[in-house]
Amino acid sequence: MCNPKEEFMKNKMNRRSFLKRSAVAAAAATLPLSLVEFSWGSGDSRNFTFAYISDSHLTHVKGAQFVRNFDKGLKKAVTECNFMSPKPDFVVYGGDLAQLGKREELDHGLEIMSRLRHPVKWVIGEHDYYLDLGKYWQEKMGSLHYSFDHKGVHFVVLNSILTYDAWIGKWKSPEERMSNMARLDNPNGSPFMVGQKQREWLKRDLAKVSKKSPIVVMSHSPLYKIFKPWNFWTDDAEKVQALLKPFQKVTVLHGHVHQILYNQIGNITFEAMMSTSWPWPYPVSYIKKANQVPRLTVMMNRADPFHERDATGWSVLNLDDGRVTNHYKLWENKDRVLKYDKRLGYPIDVEYQAPAKRIPPQEHY
Amino acid sequence: MSVCVAASSALAVQERPLGLPPVPIPADNPQSPEKVALGKKLFMDKRFSADGTIGCSTCHMEEKAFTDGLPVAKGIKGLKGTRNSPTVVNAAYYKEQFWDGRAASLEEQARGPFVNPVEHGLKDFAPIVETIKKDREYPGMFKKAFGIKAEQVSMDHVVKAIASFERSLVSGNSPFDRYMYGGQKDAMSEAAIRGLQIYRTKARCQDCHRIEQTSATFTDNKYHNLGVGFSLIEPEIFDIVKKVKKAKKAGIALDDDILSSQKISELGRFAVTLDLEDIGRFKTPTLRNVAVTGPYMHDGSIETLEEVIELYDQGGEDNPMLDSGIRPLRLTDQEKADLLAFLKALTSPEYQEKK
Repeated sequence: MCNPKEEFMKNKMNRRSFLKRSAVAAAAATLPLSLVEFSWGSGDSRNFTFAYISDSHLTHVKGAQFVRNFDKGLKKAVTECNFMSPKPDFVVYGGDLAQLGKREELDHGLEIMSRLRHPVKWVIGEHDYYLDLGKYWQEKMGSLHYSFDHKGVHFVVLNSILTYDAWIGKWKSPEERMSNMARLDNPNGSPFMVGQKQREWLKRDLAKVSKKSPIVVMSHSPLYKIFKPWNFWTDDAEKVQALLKPFQKVTVLHGHVHQILYNQIGNITFEAMMSTSWPWPYPVSYIKKANQVPRLTVMMNRADPFHERDATGWSVLNLDDGRVTNHYKLWENKDRVLKYDKRLGYPIDVEYQAPAKRIPPQEHY
Repeated sequence: MSVCVAASSALAVQERPLGLPPVPIPADNPQSPEKVALGKKLFMDKRFSADGTIGCSTCHMEEKAFTDGLPVAKGIKGLKGTRNSPTVVNAAYYKEQFWDGRAASLEEQARGPFVNPVEHGLKDFAPIVETIKKDREYPGMFKKAFGIKAEQVSMDHVVKAIASFERSLVSGNSPFDRYMYGGQKDAMSEAAIRGLQIYRTKARCQDCHRIEQTSATFTDNKYHNLGVGFSLIEPEIFDIVKKVKKAKKAGIALDDDILSSQKISELGRFAVTLDLEDIGRFKTPTLRNVAVTGPYMHDGSIETLEEVIELYDQGGEDNPMLDSGIRPLRLTDQEKADLLAFLKALTSPEYQEKK
């Protein structure tokens, strides 16, 4: 991802600093895997592990029939999560469990998720919300925004996929509203936002928290601006970021974009979670003319369409001293690991960040 | 292990039938007719077992295209193994051996069955070397093959000779090869030609059972979960996985004990790598001579090719770790019949009559 700090440093970069950065990446990459596994869930109160599953888009066809491909993704993630040893402290579901917000889809998702042997924290996505405006979700999963403390870390869950009341009210039916929010490149779409009411709640919630306490915010959409036509975007992102600014260690984890993205804006680290259903490309791969889309540094491998699960997956997250190390479990592909680099002040891909280590992307389509 | 490709000798020419790539030959075990002959004798010898009844050829019979025609291997005292005996024909092309790929070479593979408690059942390799030293014919054959005296014979020489013999068992020239690589457009029936098209498209076979531009080994040398046998372990999978991890940690070799347990055996590739994604994965076997090497799948649980096609048509046996390339195909009866005709066109002439 584009990284303001990285951009800044690039201009000033000399050979020596380049060598230093490469060495850090190389050292991290050679850590034996067993060591990584060992650190999962260690006894330290500030060092624990949780898992993240997101964007399953379970799609009801008719009767008891659902789209098989998407069912398989969620079931696989749940099974693999259950094998985690030591166990994760909890599993976050990052939103878009359903495709069109139907009760059948949410019930079906709950049924599959009930096989998890770990507690679940729920984050709502727009595909869960815009049919009944979150009513059934609230009944079954609980609040749409809330906070909790875990082993010295303050977790905040936001409902970041709200939008203008006028847009919500303009449709002939809930189904029409839902299907319009489900489209990309929709001229009749509307941008996501956290909204004033929830921002006020967030302000009150954060007032109780020490500025030194690590904060992890979990939202469905990225709490920064990538690409508006696809709603890779939260309209009041700057206002939310301002509320998080006083804290020393802030990480925002989000779903929605179905790919590996990471960014650092000021004190806030942003990391996207994988989808279990399908991959999206990075928007700039389509918009070839000059654009404002943040620069992507490490592209994902191109998915092999033969394998339905390629370019999908889930994440294991280690919290160590309030910073996240994100192990992307990438099916049919090599796993990737993002680690916050304390010296650089932003997250890097431990294996592929150095330009020479990257796998060249395909540039013709 | 570095591998060179047999190039100049008459043997090399003989070893490359139509449709096959060059046979990979390890640099430290070059082929020679003497070594192949020795390997064949060792392969047939039943003395290398606990009760003198089991040789390599017991489960890999030449008259059955180097299989045993049974669902799972039968060893000493009628003990049953957990997996189907694969054909040795064209095994030289696999990058790893056994259904779970736990052996990196044919040489390494050849050691396993001798000391497997339900196969040859020996405690260790000493009786093999002893028998060879006292034999009337072996000392001379080892001298010819390796230039060594009887007292110098070790297990390394034994498995090298067996592997050399196995590398001589390569077989192409099937109707498919003559059609595809020999320019003989009438070598396959119309049905088989239609079947090839289905194989490459709607039936999605080609992605794993590879056909390349100039040759075909019909494998991707990878491991896949089709769900066969998975229902056996699914209810207690967490306990089984724990058991394997513990056994591996304690340093127990897979061949000795672990894989004799039916349930652990069903974990497939996972028992080798301990990578979760490998649960229930088994190696893609070649399809050459498939019509004469049944029963099918890693556990020999499917009797006929018709039933195998049905399995793939329904999208394998559903399970959470099912391979992500496996999905329902919805083939028509005609397409299934054509596919079957194509699979039957993969039999080499030397095994055609030996069903």
